[in-house]
Amino acid sequence: MARIVGGISVTHVPYIGRAIANSLQQDAYWKPFFDGFPPVHAWLDKVKPDVAVVVYNDHGLNFFLDKMPTFAIGAAEEYRNADEGWGIPTVAPFKGDPDLSWHLIDSLIEAEFDLTTCQEMLVDHAFTLPLELLWPKRNAALRTVPVCQNTVQFPLPTPKRCLAFGRAIGKAIESWDSDARVVVIGTGGLSHQLDGERAGFINKKFDLEFMEKLVTDPDWVTRYSITDLVELTGTQGVELINWLTARGALGGAVKAIHTNYHIPISNTAAGLIAMETV
Amino acid sequence: MASKSKRVIPGTTIFDGDMARKGYALNKMCYSFNSEENRQAFLADREGYCARFGLNAEQTKAVLDLSVLAMLAAGGNAYFIAKLGGIYKLDMQDVGAQQTGMTKAEFQAKLVAAGKN
Ligand SMILES: [Fe+2]
Repeated sequence: MARIVGGISVTHVPYIGRAIANSLQQDAYWKPFFDGFPPVHAWLDKVKPDVAVVVYNDHGLNFFLDKMPTFAIGAAEEYRNADEGWGIPTVAPFKGDPDLSWHLIDSLIEAEFDLTTCQEMLVDHAFTLPLELLWPKRNAALRTVPVCQNTVQFPLPTPKRCLAFGRAIGKAIESWDSDARVVVIGTGGLSHQLDGERAGFINKKFDLEFMEKLVTDPDWVTRYSITDLVELTGTQGVELINWLTARGALGGAVKAIHTNYHIPISNTAAGLIAMETV
Repeated sequence: MASKSKRVIPGTTIFDGDMARKGYALNKMCYSFNSEENRQAFLADREGYCARFGLNAEQTKAVLDLSVLAMLAAGGNAYFIAKLGGIYKLDMQDVGAQQTGMTKAEFQAKLVAAGKN
């Protein structure tokens, strides 16, 4: 059966794409952010995942408001990035894993998570940038499965539902008849708000507590409603539900391998955490 | 529309069903800006482009004025408005400064300060 080696959650600000394209990693502004990654690269070199299941949210590239699935999953041979309108460079396509995609679809719908299945799916910066950050020299052998959660149009899935969805993803991966090693990635957050008079809102205290609880007690997050999370972390900070789903997939106890937290990257509190299953 | 009591978070709009209905045309226009050809068509005739997507007078004025708060009030969603901002090469600190009535430098200082405590 397939094995989950661990999980990584990381921020996905579009401007990271420009920083990578212009090699600004050691620039004073970007250094505290990019310096968080080498320990995670070393861990990935050690655990050598074959597949990454990436829990993220689309920002109006693949999905518009005409059809907005709460949970969607890719089932394609390949995932392409495309012009998102804000001038960040487009990156090369990522390889899919249709066998795992269909195993997840079968298992999750059997477990009563009725997600939308996508045999074609464009992936935006929220999927591509974390992979670029985690494998700066592109691992061409890495296969991927995108899992997209709606954080655009409310109502969003509740934290309780996301955690349960993640746990079901984890069980499904572990029942996959394959010797693949799987890493589960969650992207977005942490606290930030782009819109309104409260633009620029950041909540360091909550973010740090969230990162700690994610490791030790992810059920802690389910005490909050989505509206609570908007109030505590901002209108886009609520993307941290992607972290929660990814954490759910890791099951019970995990060990934090590395964490990093830096304010600000663009308008965002940038977080990174790598967790190993124990 | 049935009236529902909604929780208010100051300075914050929840993009719910009411806003999604109100802003549909505006957001659909902004979604079209994923294409360079459409971005150029917009710049060539901004008012005509708004009309093609059926924006109402409030939405059209907000777009022509490039007023982010007015676009939000007219049902615009932050992720889609950002695509319009991209046409004018506005970054998120420009957009944040505009909405909070600060200079860009003041807005950036506020972000940096959030990391210090
Ligand atoms: Fe995002």
